[in-house]
Amino acid sequence: MRKFLTAALTGVLAATMLFAGCGKKEEASDGGKIPEKIVVGTNAEFPPFEFVNDDGDVDGFDMAVMKEVGKRIGSDVEIKNMEFKSLIGSMESGNLDVIAAGMTVTEERERKVDFTDSYYTAKQYVIQKENGDIKKAEDLEGLTIAVQEGTTGDLLATDEIKDSNVKRFKKGVDAVMDLKKGGSDVVIIDSNPAQEFIKANEGLELVKDLFEDEKYAFAVQKDNAKLKDAINDALDEMKDDGTFDKLVKEYIGQ
Amino acid sequence: MEQLKSDIYQVFIEADRYKMFLDGLKVTIGVSIAAVLLGILLGMILALMKMTEVRKGKKTVFSVIANIYIDIIRGTPTVVQLLIIYFLVFQTQMGMVAGIVTFGINSSAYVAEIIRAGIMAVDNGQMEAGRSLGLSYTETMKDIILPQAVKNILPALGNEFIVLIKETAILGYVAIQDLTKASDFIVSRTYIMFVPLIGCALIYYVLVKILTIALNAFERRLRQSDIR
Repeated sequence: MRKFLTAALTGVLAATMLFAGCGKKEEASDGGKIPEKIVVGTNAEFPPFEFVNDDGDVDGFDMAVMKEVGKRIGSDVEIKNMEFKSLIGSMESGNLDVIAAGMTVTEERERKVDFTDSYYTAKQYVIQKENGDIKKAEDLEGLTIAVQEGTTGDLLATDEIKDSNVKRFKKGVDAVMDLKKGGSDVVIIDSNPAQEFIKANEGLELVKDLFEDEKYAFAVQKDNAKLKDAINDALDEMKDDGTFDKLVKEYIGQ
Repeated sequence: MEQLKSDIYQVFIEADRYKMFLDGLKVTIGVSIAAVLLGILLGMILALMKMTEVRKGKKTVFSVIANIYIDIIRGTPTVVQLLIIYFLVFQTQMGMVAGIVTFGINSSAYVAEIIRAGIMAVDNGQMEAGRSLGLSYTETMKDIILPQAVKNILPALGNEFIVLIKETAILGYVAIQDLTKASDFIVSRTYIMFVPLIGCALIYYVLVKILTIALNAFERRLRQSDIR
């Protein structure tokens, strides 16, 4: 029985991997190609980089940049909104050409995808209730920390902070609600969304300088150097002619 | 094949990740059992409240309340109920209890209908016979109708339990580490999608399969004295 089960299990997994593998191989050979329609994956729960606007469309800084990049490369841009933790997996199975989700460059992620030049520098902020007593990183030890699943905040809270009890929500805003109602002690989340959440909710405050700077970049499939270079070139162009700064001002406002 | 092996290694063995599946499985089973017990208890009360209508031959206060309750619970998605109960009723405290209460309440509406239908399916002549032999309504119910109704109810109830186990997969919405959330967590750390998802699906499947076999055996025992 055990042998049979092992065989069956491996069989099922192998079959799935085969199907999953199909899409990738064709493109991998000659340094990749630039698709006519660039499929961009994002998680629209991360204002101001990506959010769902009042018309129900996915909007935000990353989306505006990617649309402009698409225009300059000469490809259409299709946006797919999904869970943050699924983005890299979807790219690996060949369903996404680009991830534009305020994604921080980390070593683990670099093993699975390639990153373009970084386009933004951010930090992890801690959100606590007003007049809370978190002053330094050690103060977080042993606390209940709410985060968005799979984000840098989640990685920090799980790996760097001792004895933490991490509550992982699908959306950043749920984590903030949990803090507000008292289900958790603090939220760790990227600086820009943190500021947006503070603006929208009373009685909360930020602790800013506990963690290192981190760099956001767009991710492309491994071995698709052509698309990566094209995006980098477009980004450089946009920085040179002021379009990039205009979008920063429009969406991020600094 | 090599890729698959290394993926399986990363997902299950590295950093003892299989323990996350086990912990998640414990939560899934624990919440399901607690919820199903709560569901049966509430469901039974609801069914009795609804049955007052049959006995009296017209709507009663109890049956109206039960009908409204069932209507609302069946008419709204479980995820929404879970979010409401966790964020509004429990105010983000005690997530696990909030989960149990949600699934208990949710299940009770369906269980109530199952129990009511099971009782109604017993031929009316049984009640008449009991009453004409001098038993009271309650005695007839307890000793004659209910034992026969159980046979009608059990298979459907088992079905409900199976549905409930799978429905607990939404516990992740309120940051509870159940089986699905464990696989989510591993996806978010290894960036491998297929192995954790298929692994998670297989565990659910085996769990439900075991339950199905147990229920079938139980049902067969109940039918031992049947002549059909």
